[in-house]
Amino acid sequence: MSTDTLTPVLTEHWDDPDCFTLAGYRRAGGYRGLAKALAMPPDDVIAQVKASGLRGRGGAGFPTGMKWGFIPQGDGKPHYLVLNADESEPGTCKDIPLMMASPHVLIEGMIITCYAIRAERAFIYVRGEVLHVIRRLHHAVAQAREAGYLGPDILGSGYSLEIVVHAGAGAYICGEETGLLESLEGYRGQPRLKPPFPAIEGLYACPTVVNNVETIASVPSIMVNGADWFAAMGTEKSKGFGIFSLSGHVTTPGQYEAPLGITLRELLELAGGVRAGHRLKFWTPGGSSTPILTAEHLDVPLDYESIGAAGSMLGTRGLEIFDETTCAVRAALRWTEFYEHESCGKCTPCREGTYWMRQLLVDLEAGRGSEDDLAKLLDINDNMVGRVFCALGDTAGSPAASTLKYFRDEYLEHQKRGGCPFDPAAATLFGAQARSSQAQSSEARSSEARSSEAQSSGEARA
Amino acid sequence: MPFSQEARTRLEADAAEIIARYPRPRSALLPLLHLVQAEEGYVSSDGVAFCAAQLGLTDAEVTGVVTFYTMYKRRPAGEYHVGVCTNTLCAVMGGDAIFAGLTEHLGIGNHETTPDGKVSLERVECNAACDFAPVVMVNWEFFDNMTPDSARALADDLRAGRPVTPSRGPARLCTWREAARILAGFPDDQAADGPAAGPPALAGLKIAREHGWTAPASQGETARPAEEAAQ
Repeated sequence: MSTDTLTPVLTEHWDDPDCFTLAGYRRAGGYRGLAKALAMPPDDVIAQVKASGLRGRGGAGFPTGMKWGFIPQGDGKPHYLVLNADESEPGTCKDIPLMMASPHVLIEGMIITCYAIRAERAFIYVRGEVLHVIRRLHHAVAQAREAGYLGPDILGSGYSLEIVVHAGAGAYICGEETGLLESLEGYRGQPRLKPPFPAIEGLYACPTVVNNVETIASVPSIMVNGADWFAAMGTEKSKGFGIFSLSGHVTTPGQYEAPLGITLRELLELAGGVRAGHRLKFWTPGGSSTPILTAEHLDVPLDYESIGAAGSMLGTRGLEIFDETTCAVRAALRWTEFYEHESCGKCTPCREGTYWMRQLLVDLEAGRGSEDDLAKLLDINDNMVGRVFCALGDTAGSPAASTLKYFRDEYLEHQKRGGCPFDPAAATLFGAQARSSQAQSSEARSSEARSSEAQSSGEARA
Repeated sequence: MPFSQEARTRLEADAAEIIARYPRPRSALLPLLHLVQAEEGYVSSDGVAFCAAQLGLTDAEVTGVVTFYTMYKRRPAGEYHVGVCTNTLCAVMGGDAIFAGLTEHLGIGNHETTPDGKVSLERVECNAACDFAPVVMVNWEFFDNMTPDSARALADDLRAGRPVTPSRGPARLCTWREAARILAGFPDDQAADGPAAGPPALAGLKIAREHGWTAPASQGETARPAEEAAQ
């Protein structure tokens, strides 16, 4: 059975202006999954999610039902669900619109999950820099409580749950699950050594499930429609639907919900292609931690296995699209600056490695580097991977290593010229305006950089 | 300046409410820090001492946490804190030009505040709105698809006290201190303002509707939730 190219489930009702309210969510069939789940034994709920093949949508792709199954039962300890709503991976922009438009699907998914793992307390750890999303979450929790979906004896089931909305304070590392738990306990958000994994010793050293927003939001539909329904979408090992977020030099950036396994070529066709007059240079399949790919990978299915085989990772499906006006060295530098800034400092290889990589890249972008520096970049990366507590250090060198893999000549061209050969104004959405604020350079390139749409919006207030 | 007796009494009541949300008191530290930031516009030494006293921690333990997180300011931020995303994608799409334009226009640099205390400026990291790039945040509300000119106009409006409306947010923009109070877990009543979703968030849905594309029908269900709702 073939499925449609796009399969809106999570995004299906986002065009209803009332979507974020309890009334709007109920009208769309909301909270039916909860009623079904509460009528089942908790272990059957876990079994159904296992059977669906749902894998974590936060990047790592760990099987969700299996994660829930790791929670020891009858251990006499409190169990917790902590929702990872700390979306901060550069290029990733799916959970924030999801929580803005449809916070109740998240609440419903959380209640079902907590019921399954026997937790009576849950936390939404949401990054602090998204004030309106935080308002919507508080609003949804209050509405759900008022309607009897939260609090004591939910829908007469005898099961009770409280959800606390907890705002972070600006730290990318708190998206790492153990860094998040440290932060939620009131400490610096520094990742823990694993094992023990959170399922055994998580929040307050109690069994804890940490799941991504989109993962938990997928649960109600699995309850309503069944495991087979979910598994009928996607590929053999990467089942179901996911939100693909297109950004950058693309005609119509935005959210496209499709079965896993769709290709970037298909998505770009739907999105009107790379912006007019330009061609794809490189892209990230799932945020900046995932090694970049190029036009030769347009037909690689966007599923965990295929993207892995192509030398990258599916990650969060944050598809950042860059056209030929973008300097790969500048992109690598900027991402590396980010990882240096966000390294928590706990592990020496990451703390020092990102610091030195950034300095090498500053010189390389300015044309003051050498071929030896390229080897040094890779050497530093090799000394981070596998020698750190968490995935930040493991992947912080990806931008440098992967741009070097595909654009080594461009790195060398900077050194030959003694500077960057690109005009940054040409890469902006508003070429001419940018040039007035930045150094003058290549006229020819920037004139074609202006898409007519961007130009009109750019000059609207000029 | 140490908190007045009035402020202390009020904050202690708020703090007790925050601490009661958690199984263990120390989990309240991040919201407590947002709370003292709401009181003073930044986390002062007095704010640190207040949080420490509520939780039975030392000032050093609290300071160690404050300095880890970028949203806590150790000096007063402006009434309107402007964050320009200069992470790679926004930077390339125009964030660098926007930031350069604002520093020139306002005469302040990164982490600095205008002399009138109205506007502070920060280069921020990715704010999960890449499909709206280039993005500017004011007091953590979204201002989407910005240009150097629209950012300058926004800064002028903020300095002049003219009302501005976020692209996806409340009708009334909170001040920096009001925003911090929401972060402490005391939301205002503006949740229902603004759209459910911005245009890019609907891009795929719009195409799916045009083509009649949907997820498969479920087994054992006569109608999918949407169809049922439409009936």
